[in-house]
Parts: sequence; C-alpha cells; structure tokens
Amino acid sequence: MEKPLTQHIRKDGRPLSLKEYEQVGGYQSLRKIVKMSPQEVQNLVKESNLKGRGGAGFSTGLKWSFVPMNVPKPKYLVANADEMEPGTFKDRILLESTPHQLIEGMIIAAYAIQADESFVFLRWAYKTAAEAITLAIYEAQEAGYLGKNILGSGFDLHMHLHTGVGRYMCGEETALLNSLEGKRATPRAKPPFPQVSGLFGRPTIVNNVETFCCLPHIVNNGADWFKKLSLTKDAGTKLYGVSGKVKKPGAWELPMGVTLRELIEDHAGGMQDGLKFRGALPGGASTDFLVEEHLDVKMDFEGVAAAGSRLGTGTVVVLDDKTCPVGFVKNLEHFFAQESCGFCTPCREGLPWIEKILASIDNGDGRPEDIKLLEDHTKLLGPGNTFCALAPGAMEPLQSALKYFKEDFERHIREKGCHYEMEMATKALSQ
Amino acid sequence: MKVDTIMNKDQELKMLTTQEIKEIEKAISIVPYKKAACVEALKVVQEHRSYVSDESLKEVASYMDMSAEELDSVATFYNLIFRKPVGRHIILLCDSISCWVMGYENIKEQLTHKLNIGYGETTADGRFTLLPNPCLGTCDCAPALMIGKDLYRNLKVEELDEILKKYE
Amino acid sequence: MATLYIDNQPHEVHSGNNLLEVCLSLGIDLPYFCWHPSLGSVGACRQCAIKVYKDENDKKGKLIMSCMEPVTNNQRISITDIEAKEFREQVIGWLMTNHPHDCAVCDEGGSCHLQDMTVMAGHTYRQFRYKKRTYKNQNLGPFINHEMNRCIQCYKCVRFYKDYAGGKDLDAFASKNKVYFGRHEDGVLESEFSGNLAEVCPTGVFTDKTLKQHYTRKWDLTMAPSICQHCSLGCNIIAGERYGSLRMISNRYNGDVNGYFICDRGRFGYEFVNAPDRIREPMLNNKVIGKTEVLEEIKRLLKEAKVIGIGSPRASLQSNFALKALVGKNNFYHGVSENEHDMADLAIKILKEGPVRTPTLSEVEKSDAVFILGEDLTNTAPMLALAVRQAVRVQPMKDVAKANIPDWNDAASREFIQDKLGPMFSATIHATKLDDIATQTYYASPDELARLGFAVAHILDNTVPDVSNLSPELNKLAEQIANSLLNAERPVIISGLSSATETVMRAAANVAWALHKKNKNTGLVLTMVECNSLGLAMMGGGRLDGAFNAILHNHADTVIVMENDLYRHGSSATVDKFLKMCKQVIVLDHSNHATIKKAHVVIPAGTFAESDGTLVNNEGRAQRFFQVYESTEVIQESWRWLLNMGVNAGNERMNKWKNFEDITRAISEEEEMLKGVETITPPANFRIAGQRIPREPHRYSGRTAMNAGINVSEPKPPEDPDSSLSYTMEGYRGQAPASLIPFFWSPGWNSVQSVNKYQEEVGGHLRGGDPGLRLLEADPNSSANYFTSVPEVFHPLEDHIWMVWTYHIFGSDNLSARSSSIAQRIPKPYVMVSPKDAEQYKLQDGQVLSFTIEKQSYSLPIKINSTLPHGVAALPYGFEGMPATELPCWGIVKPVANK
Ligand SMILES: Cc1cc2nc3c(=O)[nH]c(=O)nc-3n(C[C@H](O)[C@H](O)[C@H](O)COP(=O)(O)O)c2cc1C
Ligand code: SF4
Ligand code: FES
Repeated sequence: MEKPLTQHIRKDGRPLSLKEYEQVGGYQSLRKIVKMSPQEVQNLVKESNLKGRGGAGFSTGLKWSFVPMNVPKPKYLVANADEMEPGTFKDRILLESTPHQLIEGMIIAAYAIQADESFVFLRWAYKTAAEAITLAIYEAQEAGYLGKNILGSGFDLHMHLHTGVGRYMCGEETALLNSLEGKRATPRAKPPFPQVSGLFGRPTIVNNVETFCCLPHIVNNGADWFKKLSLTKDAGTKLYGVSGKVKKPGAWELPMGVTLRELIEDHAGGMQDGLKFRGALPGGASTDFLVEEHLDVKMDFEGVAAAGSRLGTGTVVVLDDKTCPVGFVKNLEHFFAQESCGFCTPCREGLPWIEKILASIDNGDGRPEDIKLLEDHTKLLGPGNTFCALAPGAMEPLQSALKYFKEDFERHIREKGCHYEMEMATKALSQ
Repeated sequence: MKVDTIMNKDQELKMLTTQEIKEIEKAISIVPYKKAACVEALKVVQEHRSYVSDESLKEVASYMDMSAEELDSVATFYNLIFRKPVGRHIILLCDSISCWVMGYENIKEQLTHKLNIGYGETTADGRFTLLPNPCLGTCDCAPALMIGKDLYRNLKVEELDEILKKYE
Repeated sequence: MATLYIDNQPHEVHSGNNLLEVCLSLGIDLPYFCWHPSLGSVGACRQCAIKVYKDENDKKGKLIMSCMEPVTNNQRISITDIEAKEFREQVIGWLMTNHPHDCAVCDEGGSCHLQDMTVMAGHTYRQFRYKKRTYKNQNLGPFINHEMNRCIQCYKCVRFYKDYAGGKDLDAFASKNKVYFGRHEDGVLESEFSGNLAEVCPTGVFTDKTLKQHYTRKWDLTMAPSICQHCSLGCNIIAGERYGSLRMISNRYNGDVNGYFICDRGRFGYEFVNAPDRIREPMLNNKVIGKTEVLEEIKRLLKEAKVIGIGSPRASLQSNFALKALVGKNNFYHGVSENEHDMADLAIKILKEGPVRTPTLSEVEKSDAVFILGEDLTNTAPMLALAVRQAVRVQPMKDVAKANIPDWNDAASREFIQDKLGPMFSATIHATKLDDIATQTYYASPDELARLGFAVAHILDNTVPDVSNLSPELNKLAEQIANSLLNAERPVIISGLSSATETVMRAAANVAWALHKKNKNTGLVLTMVECNSLGLAMMGGGRLDGAFNAILHNHADTVIVMENDLYRHGSSATVDKFLKMCKQVIVLDHSNHATIKKAHVVIPAGTFAESDGTLVNNEGRAQRFFQVYESTEVIQESWRWLLNMGVNAGNERMNKWKNFEDITRAISEEEEMLKGVETITPPANFRIAGQRIPREPHRYSGRTAMNAGINVSEPKPPEDPDSSLSYTMEGYRGQAPASLIPFFWSPGWNSVQSVNKYQEEVGGHLRGGDPGLRLLEADPNSSANYFTSVPEVFHPLEDHIWMVWTYHIFGSDNLSARSSSIAQRIPKPYVMVSPKDAEQYKLQDGQVLSFTIEKQSYSLPIKINSTLPHGVAALPYGFEGMPATELPCWGIVKPVANK
C-alpha cells in the first residue's frame, strides 16, 4: 500500500530537514515542472482528478484554470493551514512532519498559476508546525527553491508564514483573505471568486495543506499513478482519522475509498470495550451523521455524499451508545455559534438560538415545539440562505441527529433531563 | 508633503520599543500596504506585553496610520488578541467535540476547582488565565489543553497538578 | 433593458441592476436592511430573499438575496413564494431575538424601518424564549444618541460613516452575536456627517440627540420642504415643528443636489430658531412695542429720511428684493465685505461668460479627476467634500466594471480596488481633512496657490500666460495635475470664496477654461460663503463700503439693515462710526447680534422656518423654502415687513405685491438674471383634486388638545396665502410634486426609506424632476477670456504675517453657531501660525500672539500648524472677536514685551 504523503514521516515526529527531504526525492518535481508550461502543469493536475482536501472536494486543476494568466503581477497563492474544524487533525501531521512537502506542493501550484507571492496561513495553536515551517521556508530559500529565478527557470516565488489569531472563520477561504489583509475575518461575496479578485484584489488561489502535499507526487509519478492509488473514482490517497471512544484513535494515510467500517474496526481498533457504535461524523463537525447502516460506505467524495453526508476532511468523530447525542450536538452548535463571524443575520442570531434550545432540552427545560423549531432552523440556515458555508455546515450534524436520534431528543423533553446522565449517575451510585 | 503626520509619528515612536518596531516593520515589508500588517503588529505587541492594553492599542494604531477604532475593530474580532490583562500563563482548554466525548467536562471541573477561576478569569496571583478554545487539532489524543506553547494530550485529571506545577 | 418575470408577470427593467433595486423601482414592497441606494449591496442582513428559477419549468427555484444578484434577461423570480416569505419572516424573527421591545420609548418608534419591515415580513409572534444580550452605550457627543441594544447588525452605520464618508472613529467591534458598533471609547463622533447615522440606521441605535431635548414623534411634526441655510450648497431639508418650536431637520432627497445625506451643520444648526435670545417682538429704543405702532413709527421716520438699505447674503431673494424696492435701486447695498462682493461678481462673470458649466453635486460625485484650489471644502461646503470622496472612487471603479463586478456590489468593489484612489489634487493654505484622499497636496499662501493654478492652465493651453520663477518642484506638480485632468473623462475644478483672493478664483477659471478646449465635459464649481450669496450678487447692488460712504458723506441719514450683522463684514471701528452717524438704524432680524444692540428700531423677522423664500445656491440653482409654521403674529418674513413699510410709505410698486407670489413674479420680471424664479414651484393656488398638500401627516395626533391649556376650543389653523401647502393634516394624501414634498411617507413605509417611493427609479431623480431651477448656465461655445495677470511670488515680511481666513464647519457660520449642540463643537478663538513663525516669535502652542490689523490690536493663543506656510497666519472665520476686516491682509506682530 503506497503512502506517498506520509511514508517518510520520522518516527520521532521531528520534521524532515531539507537534506533529509531531498534524500528521499524531495524537490525533484520542481526540476520537471520548470520544463513544462504552466498550462501543462494545470492539465496534469486536472487529469489526476485531484479534489481539494479542505472539505468541499472541488477539482484542484479546474479551480486553477479560472486564474487569468496574462495579467500583471502580483498573483497570490495561499495554503490554508487554519485547520480548526472540530474533529480534524490531519493537516497538523503534515505540517509538523513534512513541511518541505507542503512547500514543494505550493511551488508547483504557484508555477501552474504563475503566482509570485505566497502565504501559509497557519492557525495559532500549531506552535510546533510554525517552527517547522519557518525553518523549512528558510531552508528552501537558501537552497534556491524559493526566491528569485527558481532553478534557473526565471520563475520567482516568495513565501511567508502568517499565523492566525484564532477564529474558525479564517479557514473559509475568502475570510482568510480578509484576515491576511489585516481585516476582520468576515467572508466575501462570491462572485467575484478569489481566482479573479482575491488577496489584495489580485488573482489568488487558496488550497488546503493536504491538497498541496499531493502535488509533488502527481508530478513525479503521473496522473494515472495518482488515480490508481484510490479504490474508487476519486483519486489518490487520503489522510483519514478517527477520534472518539475507539480503542486506537489516530490518523492514517489510506487509499481513497476505504470503508467507514475498515477505518473504525481495523485501523482504530474498534469501539472501546462495553461501548457500541451509534454514529459518526465522517469528516469533521460540519458533516452529517452516518449511522450503523452506513458502515460500509466508501469514504470518498461520492460515496459519502450518496449516504447523505460529506467526506469533508475525512476525519471521523465517533458517537458511542453511552454518549448523549443531544449533548454531542449541543457541543457542536456551541462551537459554531461562538465562531460565527457575526456578519449575516441567520448565522449570527440563529446559531445562538439553536444552542440555547439544545441546552434547554439537554438540561430538562425542553418543550415539544422545540424540535420543530430546530428542524425549521436546519432548513432556514441551509446552503445559500446564509452568507457563507459556516451555518449550513453547522446544520448538517443537527439535521441528521434529528433524523437518526430523534427519540433521544423527545425523551429528553419527556423526561425533563438527560437519560444518559441519569444512567451514569445511577451507575455511580450503585458502585 | 504630509509633514504633520510624520512629525507626530516621531514623538509616538518612542512608546513602542525598538524591538517591537523592528518586528512590526518586518511584517510591513511583506505586505503591499501598511495597514495590512496590523494583525501582525498586534501579535508583536501582545508577544512582548502579554496583552494589548488600550494604550498599546493606540500606539500601534498610530504607528500603523490607523485610528484606534480601525485597529480595535480588528483586534476585538479575533479570539486570541487579548484586550484585557491576562495571567503569566494562558491555559487553552479544548472544549470541542472529541475532547467533550473523551471527558472534557471532568477536566474543566477539576481545573476551575483547582485554580478557583472560571473561563475568562485570571488567578489572584496572576499565574493563570483560563480560556476555552475550539478544537486544538489533536482529537486522536483527546482531551487536550495548551499552556503557553506546550500542548498536553490524553489528559487525565490526575495529571493536572503535575502539569500546573511547571508554570510559575 | 431586460425582461424580468416577477411571479410570472413580465416587466421591462434595466439590465445590470440588482434585483432588489429593480423590484423597489417597480414599486414592489420587498423588505431589506443592509442595502442602501448610495451604499450598494453587501448581503449581510438576508432580509431581501426571493426565489429565482432556472426557467419556466423550474418549479422549485432557489432562494437568493435579491440585492446580491444582477437582473438578467428573461429571468424568472418570485417574491410571493412561500419559502421566500417564510425565510423573510424568520429573518425578522432572528433579529427580534435580541432587539428590545422598547418601541414605546424609542425615538425611532413609528418611523422605524425595522418596524416597517417587521410588518411587511409578517412576523407577528415570538418564539424565542431566552434572555436577550445587552450592551453598554456610549456618549458620542452632542449630536448623536447611542442605544446599542437596538442594533440589528446591518452594518450600514459603518459602511456610511467609514466607507462612504471617510470617517475613522466609528467601527464594528467584536464578533458573533456580540458585534458592537461605536467608538473604541466614549467621545465625540468626529465626522462632519455623523448626523446621517440617524437616518441610515434602520432602528433607534443612532438617533438625533437634539431632537431628544424636545422630543416629538416624527408623525406629530408639522413639516415643510426647506433649504439648508448654513452654506452655499443649498441642500434640501425637511424642517419639522411642534408647539411653536422647531424640533428637527432631516434630509430631503434631491437627486441633483444632496441625495440622501446632509452635513451636521445643516442637521443640527437649526436651534438658533429656538434660541432664548431670539428677536420676538418689535422694539423701539429697546422697548417692546406693537406691530402697528412700529410700522407707524417707521412710516414717520421714512417720510423725513434719506434711507439706504443693507441686504444680506443669508436672506431670501424676496427679502433682498423687497428692501431694494423700498429704498430704491441706488440705495441698496449688499451687506458683505468688498472682497466678498467683488468675488461673487467675479464668480458670476466666470460662470456666465465662460464656457464651463457648474456640475451639480451628484455630477461632482461622478467626476473622475478633481483639482481643488484654495478651498477647505469639509469646512466651507461640507457636502461637496462628501461628493469629492465619491469622485475619487470613479477612476478605480472603471477597473471594477472591467472585471465584471457590478458597481453596486460594494464589498467586492472595495476589495478589488483596495486602497487605489482616482486623481485628486488639493492645493490649500494648510492641511485639510480631504488630504487623506489626495493624490498630492500643496500648501501655500493664496497667491502661491493661484500661481500653481496659472501654471496648470498654462500647461493645458499655452495662450494662458506662463508663471515666472516657478520652482521645478512646483512645475512638476503642475504637470502632474494637468496630465491627470487631461486623462480624465469628466474632470472638475473646485474653487471658491474662502481664500478671499480673486487671483485664486481666476486661476481656477483659467484651468477649467483651458481644459474645456480639450474636453467639453469639464466642470467648474465655485463655492460661495452664505446660502444666498450668489442670489444676492445676481440681483446687483452696492458694496458695503458704499453704504458707509453714503452716510459718512451725508447722502443718507437712515439705514435699514436686514438680516445682517454689520460687525461681521466691516471693522468694528468703521461700523461703530457708521451706526453712530446714522440718524436712525432700523434692523430686521431674527437673531441677536452686535448691530441690533445699536439699532433704534428692531423688527422681528422670521427665520427660514417661519418664512417663505427663494435662495440661489452656488450652482446657480434657485430653490424655494416654505414656511414650516407661523410662530407669532409679529414674527413674519423680512419681505413681508418691508412690504408693509412700502405700502405705508405709499410705494406704488410695492402696493401691488400682496403675497409671496406677487413679489416673486416681480423679481422674475425685473431682475434680468433671476428670470424664471417664480416657476420653481407650482403656484399658491395649485391644488390636487381640489386639495392642498398637508404639512402634517395623517397620523398627526392631539391637534384638538394642543392648546387646551390655553383655550379648549380648537383654533382655526392658519391659512397659507403663499403656497399650496396647508397647516393641517387634511388635504391630498398622494405624492405631491417634487418641490412641494413636506415629508416622505408611503403606505407601509413610515421610515425615511419611504423616499424610494418618490423617485423615478430608486436612487434617481424625484418624480417629475428634482426641484430647483438653474439660473446660470455657461455658454459652451463662448471663448475663454483668460485672466492674464499672474500674481507675484509671495515673500514673507519681517514682523508681518499675511493674515488669511480658515473656516470651521462649526463656528464660521453665524446662525448655526447659536445652536447649543453646535456651540459645543466650536473651538476657542485662536490664530494659526507655522512652526517657523512660532519659533521666530518664541511662542509655544497655546501661548498668546499679539498683532495688529489696521491699527486694531488682537491677542490670541496660537495653534501651530506644520502645514501652514511660513509668513502666513490663519484666523477662524466668523468667530467671536475676529477682526471683521477684509482678509487677507498684513498683520503686524507686536514685539513680545511681557517675557
Ligand atoms: C467555515 C469554514 C471553515 C473552513 N475551514 C477550513 C480549514 O480550516 N482548512 C481548509 O483547508 N479549508 C477550510 N474550509 C474550506 C475552504 O473555504 C476552502 O474551500 C479550501 O481551503 C479550499 O482548498 P481545497 O480546494 O484544497 O480543498 C473552510 C470552509 C468554511 C466554510
Ligand atoms: S447600529 Fe444601526 S446601522 Fe449599525 S449595524 Fe446596527 S442597526 Fe445597522
Ligand atoms: S438587503 Fe439584501 S441581504 Fe440585506
């Protein structure tokens, strides 16, 4: 099983130095691309069927193709390393252990769109990653992979690290651009898309860290090879992760399209003793629950979508049968309400309301009509109704929880409290 | 030709330290116009002064050719720019989903009990400020918290004393 | 044009506009909050949701925000779709989760956009059962009240204040559902346009603090269309009264002039009308007498006297004309200084005889290159400064269009433009508030400014004389300016009276004329000092010193001074002497001043609120203001008093003028340049369906009880002989002709947003055309008769300083300065000096400089301004204790003795 992105990660977790990275073939792809035209690089990536790993799964090559080519400098490239989606911890691994792989990927992308300035937008909490990237950028500059006239090709690229100051919204690509411009991280209207008017009003591409990390391997091994890594139509490998009450939580690079069951049972070692699988968010906090009937769903963009959810970031959060789904969703909605940027009405006012309803159901103040209110909100805060995708994302776990765990909500209201807590309390008493 | 502003700048410069200015200037050199580096400038000042006081805010604003409003508008948007005094060590306790599933509430209860402070508060001795923090990105090792630059994973209530002890 | 199907009905509409604007222009009620015709769309509030369908087979459709979507041909949308309606209702539901239920005590109540939208969206019952979040309010100074709990986070306040008006001290703070709008700490809002927040804010967060002092529900006001009296731009306003006092000024939309906004001087300057020291009774030698008695007394006086009349640039055409008629053409003098008089004449000459026209304010907004010569616009003509702030966006917006971003897509446009600004050059005596948007600034003495202008004109057309001894730097600047103007499609040159230096205005004219040879779209704006400076000048009349001489040389012995404080226009020594030599001094005015103190007879004139009249703004636009209320029996328009006097004196001509219309017709007939002024509003006998247009909304309350404390029987409302407006709530309920709109209201639209219903299309002209008539039009075919004398280089003199005026939005205008709110914003008198001069005179900021001007001594604390040129000092125009001598002139600095 090939693991192109993670195969060289050191056991001690220390990042690969430039030398170490070069020894395992690092930066070789650059020698190839400088002999290609930007268009050829774009075509290669389009052919490889690489889809963005940031959550939306949009074709990377296609996204690049909207960047106008014959326009004056500057053009920008940004790596989205904000990773703040609860339950998601995949980019951290890549950032901390193989920063040069990210840089190499970014150089390829920059070359393909002819960007001359680039930023890594890193979340504040990733201190280790920040050090690793700072050093790696420095090394790459010294080695001539960054800066002017890279490898004698006449192509220039500067790269800077920007560490964020904490807000989930910064991960949304247009809000990220505002943040990089020193503004409040509120999202921008689309159209115009960043490809046309992005950072500082210039053409800009934002891609996820994992997306960039795929690029050197695609260039080195070809589009076909990349497609064949996968078990399904969506190409490549994927960094999957599992958290929650499983035996061995963790992250693994696996062929795209492994099933949810394999992830949980084989890689994560199954549920902790005495617990049963109740459901899971397949790809972070803003994805719909999958339940037992979906365990054999293939974890790629299409497969998960067909099951009524989204692959999202591919990092699974497991709900077990002793954990209260109402509390679970309340925790998620608390997060979303806190992280709303406050720009549009439904998100700013709707999410705190939802959180309050869930809290009152959870603590026994719920009323029967609350369920209808929640259901209404899942539709009212749907895609297109709010300014950006934060609120619709927030509705995904809620709407599916209301679908699959409705009885739990109703019982909370009926019994004026949380039966999971009651059970725990009784158990504690009886011990 | 706007001599006026330049003159005033010279006087106010004295209030930011040379080190701070050096760092802010570096951030400015990267972006096409000054204001765009304002988040960096806030970070620089916070790094040196632990938080951004009203006075610091005004100093930075004037250095960045911004009004206090413009800068504070940005500063108050973000979670991790502190506009009020904080303790010597900031505890960021992850309160997101995986940590919640793995027993965050227990940790929180113990922490608030041990430190005798709630979220957003600072211990009387000025040692710790406790803040909730969204997902720290280490969900496979939940529950987790950060103190300063150190990340603690797979937390157990029993370990808390040992951890807190490291910070004076 | 495009065909748009709205709920299956086809409509022909402009393509490219956003759907919200299109629907509103069609008269459809579609709720919104964050959109504004002048501010564009950002899609924040989500209130304007509608359904859009792919084609006629698409039954499901997609919910979109109408303000964010351009209309396309054959597009199909639905407003009545149930999902869209439910969503719109819920948007209100969300806003109401935190909006307090304090309508009863909210200043906005009853004229609130949020209330209107709540009803329109059909939100009736509350489902949210938790605590609301609360905020602390701020003290924002004397103009604006702050009540943050009412905020619905539409972001319009910051978008107006910061993005549109260039303010820096109001912003959005924090995030999620804690977003806060205000300053970073308590303090006075610095923007000169802060008052517009009260109209821009859809709720009661920002309200008019002066209204609060004498609060009245907006529907309980008696209102009339009026014209702002506080600068020469003639912004259209609505003035509202209750219980005999003026309560509020709000914007009156005029698509050509002020659009949706007015400045703070205009909005808050009205309280002089209610001032406790108003002239309310006729007085003879400081004793109150009755109306008949005073007229009798004047009759007696005039019979024996040789009378001259001194008019006023702040009085209406009618009043000035009546005075002129009473005293005779040759005895009529403009009550302004020599300089002001001559420069106004010069302005007329330039505007009338030259080939370049004056653009309207809204045209200035669309100019793509601006050259300001000698004017501190923010302080002399504030709304023009606001227009220039829009003009600098015109050039970069062309790129926005090229990138296929619609101009109404506000945030996207700004993100695309970033900090790019179009060409704007500002050459002034010292730094101004517009400098933040200037491509280049140049600070110099007035003559030096003129030299720059001449140099630019020479580059544009070498038949304009060259400027000798021009520094290479200045030459470079002149070239840069000339090139920018040449490259523009609609360049505008702005100058005016405030430099009080004719050469500056001549230089501006030269630039405009030279440019006009290359580009017929060139515009030239000249600002005046007072609201009717141009109108007065167009009427002809002598200079003030002529009046002085007439008395000094015994050609006359009695003076009638109308709405004028001579001490503002002549040196106190001269005025003292003049008044002393007059056998009789008759003063008509409404507000107290130094001249009144010397008067034998004082006559209570009506303020604009108690008067009908016509003013001519700097653009040459004649505009009518209407009486808002009859205050007392004795307070009446100056022109009416003068007519009374004329009739008493047996003046045949005046005897024929019974009312406003008669006198206005006479003006039109007799004054060559004012021909047509009687046509600017429908005649007084104009009726719609036999009815007058009511000054009071139909919701007006308590009429029968208003005077119950005095008399239980309801008095008959006053008749209005001068206009077709009534003083009641009865009358025609539909839309009045544009010039007669006393207030904006439309069913379902009780807030100021109802103005959209009065326009041909939203944000466009009022139906039937924007009010006002331009009386001065340039002849584009006339050839430019360049001014040829280039001033010499300015050389500072030892122990002398060249004294010039500097203007203050708050303080320089005498009437508004009497308003208590404005008074709080007026700086203390000072003299502004350059650092070099301060050093030379060994003075620190705030220390006193003593100097003499024409032998009169002054001692004022200095304000050091590093942009002021060496050898020049500036005094705040119109302030108490300022020399009323003609500036600029040399001042002699007294050696510092007391050190
Ligand atoms: C609220 C919100 C938060 C997001 N956070 C992230 C993030 O942390 N990292 C990320 O790569 N993408 C995030 N995204 C998705 C980005 O907007 C964007 O689609 C992505 O960076 C594109 O990269 P890709 O095409 O390589 O997937 C977020 C989106 C939303 C709406
Ligand atoms: S204060 Fe008023 S204008 Fe500003 S966001 Fe709130 S409601 Fe809108
Ligand atoms: S008016 Fe359209 S979203 Fe606010």
